[in-house]
Amino acid sequence: MAENTAIYSLRDAVVHFGDPLRPVLHQISLGIPRGQFLTVVGPSGCGKSTLLRVLAGLQSLTGGQLQRLAGANSAASGGGPAAELRAGFVFQQPALLPWRTALQNLRLPLELGADASEDERLLSLLEQVGLSRADAGKRPGQLSGGMQMRLSLARALARDPQVLLLDEPFAAVDDFLRMKLQDSVRALHDARGLTTILVTHNLQEAAYLSDRVVVLQPSPRGIVADFSLERSCLSPAERRRAPEQFEFLQQLSAALFPS
Amino acid sequence: MSERTGNSPAGVRSSAIRSVADVLVPLLVLAVLLATWQGAVWWWRISPVLLPGPGAVLTAGWKIRVSLLEAVWRTALAALTGLSLSIVLGTLTAFAFSQSAVVRRAFYPYAVLLQTVPIIAIAPIVIVSLGRGFSSVAVVSAILGLFPIITSTTTGLLQVDGMLLDLFRLYRASRWQTLLKLRVPAALPYLISGIRIASGSSIVGAIVGEFFVGDGTPGLGSMIQRKSASLVLSELYATVGVATLLGTVVFGFITVLGETVLRRRFGMSLGGRISGPRSGD
Repeated sequence: MAENTAIYSLRDAVVHFGDPLRPVLHQISLGIPRGQFLTVVGPSGCGKSTLLRVLAGLQSLTGGQLQRLAGANSAASGGGPAAELRAGFVFQQPALLPWRTALQNLRLPLELGADASEDERLLSLLEQVGLSRADAGKRPGQLSGGMQMRLSLARALARDPQVLLLDEPFAAVDDFLRMKLQDSVRALHDARGLTTILVTHNLQEAAYLSDRVVVLQPSPRGIVADFSLERSCLSPAERRRAPEQFEFLQQLSAALFPS
Repeated sequence: MSERTGNSPAGVRSSAIRSVADVLVPLLVLAVLLATWQGAVWWWRISPVLLPGPGAVLTAGWKIRVSLLEAVWRTALAALTGLSLSIVLGTLTAFAFSQSAVVRRAFYPYAVLLQTVPIIAIAPIVIVSLGRGFSSVAVVSAILGLFPIITSTTTGLLQVDGMLLDLFRLYRASRWQTLLKLRVPAALPYLISGIRIASGSSIVGAIVGEFFVGDGTPGLGSMIQRKSASLVLSELYATVGVATLLGTVVFGFITVLGETVLRRRFGMSLGGRISGPRSGD
């Protein structure tokens, strides 16, 4: 792994909630280079969401080390996240403030960071995620589930993050919508060179979207496989049908369910 | 496949029918009850000294309408003063409770005391410190209204979705920002339903307050006291009826006002819950 370009670098990371004998994450080492689309898959309880929360700074490590960007060191137990890395986070649910309009929800990250709010940029962000400017004045309650998820994605981009963290964002939506949202996320990654880290239990999603897939098993096993998916450049529709897609799927299944 | 939603006309119509039914059905029950009462008085020729019929009560109420209106005005004023006081004090207490588990644990039992201490027991204390009169009545009314507002608002401030709290942590929101931009708006439906319950309590407080700490100026409470002493039952019933009506009107007014403010300004409803995520369509 090229440590010097790694945006995140985990060394022997341990997280436990009270009982050191039953850690959620055990001795996880992982380097994530800038610009990569990395997906973490694994069964329920393998700690993949915890891993993402550690990277976001929402969960501090009980042991080991996390480096954000080169040189930005945060102590194992202190967990004070480095200020210079801006991360956008999309939760399993839209997590919007129902009393704010779409545009006001987009402004929230800027307000909290005391950044100047540029409505023009935020409005164009709405369009980038597949909403229209006419939706800016609507409240979440007036938007469908899919549109709420898109708005949530736009909010994660509002502070122009260097990394986008996605915690099973498409788990609650139907198949059609999931495919559309997947394409939106991949398009954003490609257009901005945005480092993207996705946690999912959907193998097809992992195989379709990622440059690299890490397979996580419940502790103490940890990371049991780490694939780089080399693919020929194809349009999204072709990519879904490409033979390599099935190869990836088989590799992932084999790693998750060894015979 | 469309990602848009809207209110279907059928949905609007059925909810309109439901809200009309919400008003009509209880009125129907009232009409049946009054008719039964009147019928019983006629059938068994019950003496008006024992139980006046609704007709006699209405007539008596009309006869004393001027003093009744004056009493309603006085009691309502004391109750609204007390309610405002309990809103201010209750909200501030809830803020303090929401910010520190230690404060909450230390003082919550005393908030419960507000609910359980009988007003008769604290009446002497109120009289000693404020004397008999309007301000004492308002204070008793405030004491009764305080508890529902404290509990309801504290619950609202604390019961914030964990994901939203994570979102605020992610952007390193200060405690103050989290309070103002997340907890307070999320607690609004809870505050309003607290005020709704407190409005009833505050009127009860004002009436009972007039019993124990009033100076005898004509309010609904002192009027009930006088009418029950004079044994003019029809006028007593009329006064009690008007007192009940006052409570209902204030409760209804606050419910409608609260719902409207929540819906128009905040896109929320009084269900006490923030509208959750919907599945994609």
